[in-house]
Amino acid sequence: MKMNQTWKKQDIDFKPGTQITGKWHKKQYKIKRKLGKGAIGTVYLCESGGKLAALKISDKGTSMTVEVNVLKSLQQVQGSRLGPYLLDVDDWVSPYGVTYSFYVMEYLKGESMSLFIKSHGNVWVGVFLLQLLEDLEKLHQSGWVFGDLKLDNLMVLSSPTRVRWVDVGGTTQKGRAIKEYTEFYDRGYWGLGTRKAEPSYDLFALVMVFLNIYYPRRFERVPQSEKLLYKKIDNVKPLEPYRNPLKKAIAGKYQSSAEMKRDVVKILYQVQNKSRIKKKSNQKVSNIPFYIEIGGISVIALGYYLISLLF
Amino acid sequence: MKKGTLKQILLITDGCSNKGEDPAGVAALAYQQGITVNVIGILDDDQTEDAEGLREVEDIALSGGGVSQIVYRETLSQTVQMVTRQAMTQTIQGFVNKELKQILGSNQSLEDVEPEKRGEIMEVVEDLGETSDLEVVVLVDTSASMHEKLPTVKESLIDLSISLNSRIGKNRFCIFSFPGKRKDIQKVLDWSPQLNSISEVFPKLTSGGITPTGPALREAMYQFGKKSLLRSFRNENESDVEETGY
Repeated sequence: MKMNQTWKKQDIDFKPGTQITGKWHKKQYKIKRKLGKGAIGTVYLCESGGKLAALKISDKGTSMTVEVNVLKSLQQVQGSRLGPYLLDVDDWVSPYGVTYSFYVMEYLKGESMSLFIKSHGNVWVGVFLLQLLEDLEKLHQSGWVFGDLKLDNLMVLSSPTRVRWVDVGGTTQKGRAIKEYTEFYDRGYWGLGTRKAEPSYDLFALVMVFLNIYYPRRFERVPQSEKLLYKKIDNVKPLEPYRNPLKKAIAGKYQSSAEMKRDVVKILYQVQNKSRIKKKSNQKVSNIPFYIEIGGISVIALGYYLISLLF
Repeated sequence: MKKGTLKQILLITDGCSNKGEDPAGVAALAYQQGITVNVIGILDDDQTEDAEGLREVEDIALSGGGVSQIVYRETLSQTVQMVTRQAMTQTIQGFVNKELKQILGSNQSLEDVEPEKRGEIMEVVEDLGETSDLEVVVLVDTSASMHEKLPTVKESLIDLSISLNSRIGKNRFCIFSFPGKRKDIQKVLDWSPQLNSISEVFPKLTSGGITPTGPALREAMYQFGKKSLLRSFRNENESDVEETGY
């Protein structure tokens, strides 16, 4: 069969400076360096017309076509940039006559979420949680489910600081079976649900993203995984304010990201209020020594005044 | 539109056959009858990937029109589901390619279509993969060296049924082990949509010394025929897939 032959193609390894010309659209790309390698294809940083872009190339033509389909439909989700912007789709024929598929997308340069939180503080946990819930809501409303939501597929871009999805290859239409998953993030692996593409599948994975930040080495399943996951959430201090919604997402109790977002927003509001109340009461406490001081000064002043009256 | 049924044999083994006919030959025979044969070879932790016994794995899948993959024990679960899905796509793509050739001429395939059109065709392939019914005969090698790998095999099969049952299309599985006590293969689980019930059956499997992969494959192939008259109707539907390919 044709597929089996394609599998025997040689792995591609471009050296910096290699020039690639598309078979169909004839656009030229100059390879700068390798950015990463995944199960399907390798991603390179490239330059075309003086602009930088990311180029993904692979011998698995069908999987690449599926990914392009997803990127295209994400582009149609209005008012937001859910995935990287797709610039070109084409084939490249190697000097040996072998055809490889490639596509070119916007180059997103950023920092990993766990590094960012480590260097900028836990206050960003709430921010990223909300940003991700917002994006998921938009995605779900347009009939898609992210599927392979994991730390490696997220990146924090600067000015303004925003978490973005970099790899949307696992995105699946609602109601179908999840295409791609990573065990640690997959509720099926933990025995806590099906692999049907529905919003609650993504929300489970979202919780695991935040667990993975604080358990970089991950951990394995046990017969009663729900309790284990609850315990793991409880053991992370920075996640404390969000415990309840995180646990509800693990249990699959949210039907939509909007529901979960509402709970998280409520908590963030309460946390802010609490810290404001704390500050106010702090002010009251600090007022007392102020009054004592004023009182003390006036007593001494009065003393001097009385003494001055005597002489 | 009535969707057809995809038929697969999934062979899970860790080495060379040593009894009976050539397994690659039997796989080719199965493929002729519309059954794809996928093979997963399990390596021991200290084995390297080109271990000799596992060359056969690739040969069987190649002549069976299926997918083969060689893995270490830890990654078995994901491999089992990946191989099954990949083989489904491959089979459907085979149908679609055949149709394309009729329309575009005999030398044309998906690669010769411009990328924009390719997307539309792949959407159809994906759609069929999601909605087609699937029948899998799982064939587990239980020769002596496999013994300690069986718990992992069991887990990955349960995992496979989680994945496949999340699809829209229907699934039916049955499981056989080989060598059987007196026959070439032994039934572990009869046709069933779920694999949860295998937890009780699996530990009872005994391991034997010989590995009659070829004869076992032949028996597995016959299992598709044993499902009464329904099958012949299904067969008609299958040609339906080819016509309604897109």
